[in-house]
Amino acid sequence: MQSVNGLVGHGALLLALPFIALGIIAVPVAVNRGRRDWLEIGYGAVYANFALMTAAALAMISALVTHDFSVSYVAQVGSRETPLFYTIISLWGALEGSILFWAWVLSFYGMTVVALNKSRVGNLVPYAAMTLLCISLFFAILLVGPANPFGIVSPVPQNGPGPNPLLQNHILMAVHPPLLYLGYVGMSVPFAFAVGAVLSGEAEHNDWIKVTRTWTMASWGFLSAAIIAGMWWSYEVLGWGGYWAWDPVENASFLPWLTATAFLHSAMVQERRGMLRVWNLNLVVGTFVLTILGTFLTRSGIISSVHAFTTGTIGYYFLAFITIVLIAGGVIVAGSSDKLRSRGRLDSAASRETVFLLNNLFLTGFMLTVLVGTLFPLVAEAIRGVKVSVGGPFYNRMTLPMIAALLFLMGVGPALPWKIASTAELKRKLIPPAAGAVLLAAVALVAGIHDPYGVLVFAFVGYAATANFREFSIGAGARRAAHDESWPTAFVRLVEGNRRRYGGYIAHFGVFFVALGVAMSSTLRTEREATLQRGMTMQIAGRTLRLQDIWGREEPQRQVVGATLEILNGNRVIGTLEPRMNFYRTQQEPVPTPDVRSGVLGDLYLNLMAFRPDGSSATIRAIYQPLVPWIWFGGGVVVFGAIVGGWPTARRRRAPARVPVPTPPSPPPAREPEYAA
Amino acid sequence: MNWRRAGIAAVLVIPVVFVFSRGMKTDPREIPSPLPGNPAPGFALAVFAPGQPPLERPIGDTVRLADLKGRVVVLNFWASWCLACRDEHQGLSAVARDYTGKPVQFVGSLYQDTPGNGTAWIAEMGGQSYPSVNDPKALTAIDYGLYGVPETFFIAQDGKIARKITGPAPPAVVKHIIDSLLTTASP
Repeated sequence: MQSVNGLVGHGALLLALPFIALGIIAVPVAVNRGRRDWLEIGYGAVYANFALMTAAALAMISALVTHDFSVSYVAQVGSRETPLFYTIISLWGALEGSILFWAWVLSFYGMTVVALNKSRVGNLVPYAAMTLLCISLFFAILLVGPANPFGIVSPVPQNGPGPNPLLQNHILMAVHPPLLYLGYVGMSVPFAFAVGAVLSGEAEHNDWIKVTRTWTMASWGFLSAAIIAGMWWSYEVLGWGGYWAWDPVENASFLPWLTATAFLHSAMVQERRGMLRVWNLNLVVGTFVLTILGTFLTRSGIISSVHAFTTGTIGYYFLAFITIVLIAGGVIVAGSSDKLRSRGRLDSAASRETVFLLNNLFLTGFMLTVLVGTLFPLVAEAIRGVKVSVGGPFYNRMTLPMIAALLFLMGVGPALPWKIASTAELKRKLIPPAAGAVLLAAVALVAGIHDPYGVLVFAFVGYAATANFREFSIGAGARRAAHDESWPTAFVRLVEGNRRRYGGYIAHFGVFFVALGVAMSSTLRTEREATLQRGMTMQIAGRTLRLQDIWGREEPQRQVVGATLEILNGNRVIGTLEPRMNFYRTQQEPVPTPDVRSGVLGDLYLNLMAFRPDGSSATIRAIYQPLVPWIWFGGGVVVFGAIVGGWPTARRRRAPARVPVPTPPSPPPAREPEYAA
Repeated sequence: MNWRRAGIAAVLVIPVVFVFSRGMKTDPREIPSPLPGNPAPGFALAVFAPGQPPLERPIGDTVRLADLKGRVVVLNFWASWCLACRDEHQGLSAVARDYTGKPVQFVGSLYQDTPGNGTAWIAEMGGQSYPSVNDPKALTAIDYGLYGVPETFFIAQDGKIARKITGPAPPAVVKHIIDSLLTTASP
């Protein structure tokens, strides 16, 4: 007997299929026959998809909250003891729910794309909507087939096991997955526009790249935030004191970020100079392919990872889908490459275009390195049947030079003008930031960094930060002189005048903070481990830790054991930390909750490793890592930059002014739909 | 549309899909030992935890691999300090019980630990159906090229190592391996 929740949810999913299929058929009919009414049907299907997916998601949330164990997903992840908050977020805690959430987010994007762009002339938006519906179709098939979250459980269990303990142990689990989905799924939108541009013939113009760039910026902002939140979660929950391990699935989230970052830069070259058109198409399609690859890796059981979901036949569906996407992407890019030859030429090596080219080279090189490292074990096993694993040393050795080069370019790019820079300009712009490089390199050496790459990262951050800062100070200074404004006013107006540009520089500053945090915490980490009895002390980073108490507590869904330690500076108590261990009924292995004391300059991180059941002693691992909070702060700055740069302007709503293109006219775009006029 | 280029791009997808489809057929947690196909290193170790009837062996009894020819031997290395061993414990115990009366022998081998800790751990975990032996200087573990606990070796009836699982052994996989060894031996 199916409950109301199950009936509504399953019904909505079943109903979504014909609507999506109808929409996919309606768009080509509308475009080829010029039928306005069919286009309305296509767009209607997009809205219907969103409405039905929302109904299904709400039905699932309702089932979770009311502990409706007749719904298979609830029986799998729900339990009466789990706090309400974690019950709700277990919507994305396991395979079927995460696919439902994915489809919901995708349908939301489809609805937003249509709502915001449907008045746009031409066939770009209809085809983009159709592409998004095609992707939705795949997820809808999963949801009524191998990943049906609304399966019927009979007889109805009284209680369930609850979510994976790792997912109900920290508030960041409410933040990281939704952000990741918003970023990851959001990359479908640029892809849809790319497909739309090729199918509608608009790819030959540069107009589509603008709207695509805005959408990429939004998804990129979410993805950046998601990656940082994921690092933070790993740091706060897993208890190893680190935040990045080159785990295959971390890599999977990072790969599309790299290509999207490359696109955000190279799109400017296309807008300004009409160059890199095939390349940009490649980046947009590649970013989407990488998101699907990442989803495939996590949900097919093909790799072993903390993120990997348990699997069934769903892997084969994903394999089929990724095959279709790869073929479609390849055909679209390769097939249209002839028509998209470059209009502009590089005028000089000393120009911003050149720096963007190098930036793209290093970012894609970075991406390929990580991709090779991630997939190499699969390739080795498929071809030679051997198991290998690729770990941190490979990634660190291969990527550090590229990271250093990228940081340096972040200082050079903003300083150079488009087209060509004169020697005088080069001197004026590129030499002063060297002072910043020297300063930060000295700081690194004084702080005790001896690793050459660590010092180099500091120097390049110093250089690039100075160069980026000068862009603000010179611009604001000019405004002050011209308009007689105060510094803050001049600064704000400067940013308002070109938000995309200065938003980008703000994001650069975020990256600088992250880079310093990573360089410092990875080179100057100190670690001690000791077994303490009550009252005993241990030393770390000039602080004394004294074990006060070992205690236990019963909670409905878990048992908690904790140790209370005082932090002493000399004889003065400056704080206490309580690292804990949580024992969930469904898992033998305890889930740690490390406790962290964050300061501007660094983190003191304590993890409870072991304890005697009689409470007589506890083993504590203490880690001191400088500048870790700078990573989280930097992530926030990156996101702020993305918001400043990507927030739509009121100006965009006006009719787009067509800039005449200084080349022989290409054949006019197919403009058959009369209704558009 | 340049169909030739498009076609080339489409063909390039084949090797990628090949690699992925091969990857789908393997379990990422199952790591082959350099030993499979080779004779299993012999051992003669003393029982410290007897197990439960009907699979029990008396404490102090010596388990010799040589005596187990003709049986499928599931050799599981574990330790009381090993958290992942807790995950697989119940499953292994249950699977061992399922094969009561069949030519299958489960042996736990204590790694880098004391029998006292091991016995206490077994009591804490609610018992172990099959006997565990002590490997005092980890010599047997070294012979088997152990690089962590838990690791589980499957030794076929002919005394050769057939498979190995690194990390917690999923009961379904253990059953599958035992069944395939039992059927290949008696055609």
